[in-house]
Amino acid sequence: MAGSGTAARLLPYLQVAPLALILGVFLVVPILTLVVVSFFDYDSVRIIPDFVWTNYAEVLLSAVTWRTYAKTVWFAALVWAITLFIGFWVAYFLAFHVRSRTVQTALFLLCTIPFWTSNIIRMISWVPFLGRNGLLNQALLGLGAIDRPLEFLLFSDFAVVLAFVHLYTLFMVVPIFNTMMRIDRRLVEAAVDAGANAWQVLTNVIIPLSKPGIAIGSIFVVVLVMGDFITVRLMSGGQSASVGLMIYNQISLLQYPAAAANAVVLLAIVLLMVGAILRVVDIRREL
Amino acid sequence: MEKAGFGKWVLGAFFVLFVLFLYGPTLTILILSFQGPEGGLTFPMRGVSLVWFRRLFETQAVGDFGGSLTRSLLLAFLVMMATVVVSLAAGLAFRRRFAGSGALFYLTVASLIVPSILVSLGIGILFNQLGLDTAWYSSGLGAQLTWTLPFGLLIMFAIFNRFDASWEEAARDLGATSWQTFSHVVLPIILPSVVGVALFGFTLSYDEFARTLLTAGVDNTLPLEVFGMTTNITTPVLYALGTLSTALSFAVIGLALGAVAVLQRRRARRLSG
Repeated sequence: MAGSGTAARLLPYLQVAPLALILGVFLVVPILTLVVVSFFDYDSVRIIPDFVWTNYAEVLLSAVTWRTYAKTVWFAALVWAITLFIGFWVAYFLAFHVRSRTVQTALFLLCTIPFWTSNIIRMISWVPFLGRNGLLNQALLGLGAIDRPLEFLLFSDFAVVLAFVHLYTLFMVVPIFNTMMRIDRRLVEAAVDAGANAWQVLTNVIIPLSKPGIAIGSIFVVVLVMGDFITVRLMSGGQSASVGLMIYNQISLLQYPAAAANAVVLLAIVLLMVGAILRVVDIRREL
Repeated sequence: MEKAGFGKWVLGAFFVLFVLFLYGPTLTILILSFQGPEGGLTFPMRGVSLVWFRRLFETQAVGDFGGSLTRSLLLAFLVMMATVVVSLAAGLAFRRRFAGSGALFYLTVASLIVPSILVSLGIGILFNQLGLDTAWYSSGLGAQLTWTLPFGLLIMFAIFNRFDASWEEAARDLGATSWQTFSHVVLPIILPSVVGVALFGFTLSYDEFARTLLTAGVDNTLPLEVFGMTTNITTPVLYALGTLSTALSFAVIGLALGAVAVLQRRRARRLSG
């Protein structure tokens, strides 16, 4: 078979056919369906094939949706900044301060283990911590720092951001750590020999060379937060909003065309954000 | 160097705090799931018992735990098998350039970037428009594959980047057919990493929520069941479920790591003997 030309030329196509088929049926066609349905009309019981702009008009002309989009972008920006800060320093510590390869691998695995458990369970696990009678309030009361339990800890924007950071910092740590591990250590030595101090090494050598990892991590975090609805729903106790949650609520009300229009707008925004990140940083050599 | 030492301590402390932040909450619910029968959702512990675990298996009280667990494990197994086979085949193909390889690669990456709820909603509406019923083993399976296959393919890229093609050439020079080269040379070498892909596929599926939500049909998977419980269960049963689910995840990871260790030991023995 190795010698027969046609078979050898066809082989790659046979090998990728299942992947192409699955992504075609379960990604491309559903997204196209969303685009089509976003132009459909609907009433309280069914969706009506049509070509109307009303769904988009409702998305784009309503103050509530604008506020929700702004809120979602705000969540994404805040969570991005925090996860980038934590993720960078954790990766930096692992890559440059842990000398032993074995310890490095062990600590890295320690950071990734929580990734293997369910997000929902990780969110629930904040309840005994943040609740009215939770550990944090008990501790603060015990210390005399407060005289009444803090109410804003659970079911608030604070809880939402905390849960996002808890869930997604790992998506920053892993790619940044990977790029840092590929930085040639002789570059750092050369910079030190040339008289650079620790800060200059960081800003002139390490950060520029870590950019691809930072970009990949940023894409993950931004996309995950922009599309989220479950974290916002669970951790805000229904008191906050996000685009994902708005879509989810429209789905619950069977307003599929409205949900689809929102989904298309969300997808466009997410793609623009990813495109912006890719314009700033070239990640191709990482792939 | 005095200052560098100080920086190292600050970073070390930061790292420890980060690990505590990662594990603290999970350990809390682990402890609280053994809450006594009188105890509530928060500390203090009122005795220690297994009552919440027992209550988990009483179908009436908390919905369909056994059923959803069975479905989740079955689905995770299906997703794992499909992820391994499909991404391994595609990984082999991507070692050479072929017409459309760039487009297919970008499509695969796009599958990670598209927000999960859009995939879920799109598949849900598509099935609805076609008059098909969604079910965990059809639409749910497909939805989860859009999430696991990109990871599988990216891992395959990493594997084949490090793969020494001269082994294959040697096999071919000795007269092996393509299939023999694959099954006797390539596959045994990459097998530990393939187990890694399997582990990824299994756990990503087992914990998947957003893409399954609108595609699972009438029967819930375990994460969907947990989500349902969060709105109407206010007892430590929820923690018991979390503890049990996490324990199962870890059991699977342990199995996979054990399998890799066995494979590597067997290889080392074969190379030395």
